[in-house]
Amino acid sequence: MKAKPRSLLGIEPLDSRQILEILALAKRMNPARPRLTLRGRRIALLFYENSTRTRTSFEIAAKSLGASTVVIHATTASIEKGESLKDTGQTLQSIVDAIVMRHPSSGAPLLLSRLLDIPIINAGDGMHAHPSQALLDAFTILHHKKSLKGLKIVTIGDIFHSRVARSDAHVFSKLGARVVFCGPDVLLPETACALAPGVEIVREMDEAIRGADVVMMLRVQQERLSGMQINVDEYVRRYQLTPARLKLAKKDALVMHPGPMIRGMEMTDEVADCKQSVVLEQVLNGVKVRMAILATLLGAKR
Amino acid sequence: MSSILLEGGRVIDPATGFDAVADVLLRDGRVAEIAEAGKARSAADETLKVKGLIVAPGFIDLHVHLREPGQTHKENIASGTAAAAAGGFTSVCAMPNTRPINDSPAVTRWMQDEDRGAVVNVFPIAAATLGSLGEKLSDYRGLKKAGAVGLSDDGKPILDDRVMREALALAAKAGLVLIQHAEDTRLSQGNPMNEGVTSFKLGLRGQPAASEWQMVERDIRLASQEGGRLHVAHVSTGRSLDMVRLGRASQVQVTAEVTPHHFLFTDENCSTYDTRYKMNPPLRSAADREALLAGLIDGTIDAIASDHAPHSLFEKEVEFDKAAFGITGLEIALAAALTALYKSGKLSLPRVVALLSTNPARIVGLGGRGTLAEGSVADVTIFDPKKRWTYDVRKTRSRSRNCPYDGMQFCGKALATIVGGRIACSEL
Repeated sequence: MKAKPRSLLGIEPLDSRQILEILALAKRMNPARPRLTLRGRRIALLFYENSTRTRTSFEIAAKSLGASTVVIHATTASIEKGESLKDTGQTLQSIVDAIVMRHPSSGAPLLLSRLLDIPIINAGDGMHAHPSQALLDAFTILHHKKSLKGLKIVTIGDIFHSRVARSDAHVFSKLGARVVFCGPDVLLPETACALAPGVEIVREMDEAIRGADVVMMLRVQQERLSGMQINVDEYVRRYQLTPARLKLAKKDALVMHPGPMIRGMEMTDEVADCKQSVVLEQVLNGVKVRMAILATLLGAKR
Repeated sequence: MSSILLEGGRVIDPATGFDAVADVLLRDGRVAEIAEAGKARSAADETLKVKGLIVAPGFIDLHVHLREPGQTHKENIASGTAAAAAGGFTSVCAMPNTRPINDSPAVTRWMQDEDRGAVVNVFPIAAATLGSLGEKLSDYRGLKKAGAVGLSDDGKPILDDRVMREALALAAKAGLVLIQHAEDTRLSQGNPMNEGVTSFKLGLRGQPAASEWQMVERDIRLASQEGGRLHVAHVSTGRSLDMVRLGRASQVQVTAEVTPHHFLFTDENCSTYDTRYKMNPPLRSAADREALLAGLIDGTIDAIASDHAPHSLFEKEVEFDKAAFGITGLEIALAAALTALYKSGKLSLPRVVALLSTNPARIVGLGGRGTLAEGSVADVTIFDPKKRWTYDVRKTRSRSRNCPYDGMQFCGKALATIVGGRIACSEL
């Protein structure tokens, strides 16, 4: 069998050395100073789900490296006419060099990588993985902390539905951090502990946040809460990040959010705009990290 | 008609308790004689030397999807029964989720028509409710008259208590077993795999074990009130078996079957989103798998059935949550049972034969089958419990290849399948 090209499907197959290599490369990337190492390469952004942040971020990253991009939205393509993922992928393969893909079905990028011979970059699949987001989160933390080793990183909210929480946990665990999940039973099943080494569950937010180095808030996915027996007021009371709660964390704790953020829900205005918040840094870092991912996978010389 | 002498094999017939080296004479479609080696009273037209092999009453698969009428791109009766013969099955019970649904005497008869080209016996299991919608009962007496051997809405449960109660009562009156696909779909939500550590890791929604065992619990409660015979299809959780044990302790007539994949694999096999491991009920936890093995050993489980469920590539080579449920299994059920249960020392050969022949015949009431007693139907399976081989799905007789057993090594193989005194398949 022919060796498959390198794809980025999730964090799990990577080791800490590979992760740190991508992050080191990202440090040298800057969208304001394009380096055209991917000139002439064509990258398809195949989006089966809506996305502003991730799609734009990948697109700017690709263009900053000199690649040309084409965006395909499921709703405007033959996909809506019933074309299978296999056929869409094979069609694209004959005209592009790589596919950046977002899909509502967990595992869809892995399926595509098995069927095709070009790199597949997972830009979020179902509730499974969002590796580029996890890498940029680690990158953002490393900008402020020397290392992730021994850090207490607490993720609060809807862990069950979150591909970011899953990929974050893998990357933080591989880099030696303690990962604490906090949320109500229905949004955080006990099975979450088995996700990666060093993952633990603390149900009480005050206890979870005490002494934390990083507080990662997740969006309250109201559209998903409705079916579950959760009272929004009660949720806000128990899991909203307030200035008082933030005081329980370390003084220099970082406040993060993968976006989109709903003010007044998972965090108050004061916290969203406080000095410890690195939410906007995350966005800029996203472009750098995605440049590094594309450069690494598409084999460009550094 | 012709006669065949099966010479020198180890004859195992759990129905009569017979287990010895003997000659078996088949004549005019019946078992004419079982004699000490070399001492058969009359000569035969044809002799099969089966020394070192097992001669067993023909295997009966209680749970098969032949897909005809209506979905012949997946399978048809001829191809499905050819796969059955290759796997050592002389009879298959055909589930009613065809297109149209087999809820009528007409379809039931049509499936058994000679023109379908079946090479083994086909015993239809008819839909318990019209269209398998779980609302109105089908015509049980008429279906029985047309040849149905059981009733089931397989693939779906009968959720409504009142309908289930009525179905149990009327099935009992018609003398048919009611086979339930136990799944509370309000809990399982059609989710693609078992709920547990693996589903969380994969970001897939899961079916909780309770969606099965709570339905088994309810069915047994209703059966205890209404009487009738209840058969639990493809049991996948340990708790379901506990319910069966409790039911039996209070004299409910309840039997249970298990598939080879549920006692061989666990939900961890889904870890790479390989849709060949997607079926319903889903592969469960390692603890459930252990409980199923225990249930086979202690006799709680009565039968092994393949739940042969063929699907085309285009229905399987898709996103895991969109892929069709089901795998093919007729060709390896015996090999899987022998490898996992006999070779490992868990069950004796007579027990394996009982799970594949004697008990299934009793569950669906196939008189004269599931035994080699003189005068019974000459349905015979000859197998080698020690033959090592590797399954190659490219050589399957089925029209579909959705099979996780591809490339797996087994110990034990069916070598000849004789249906009504005629050789349906033979490697001898």
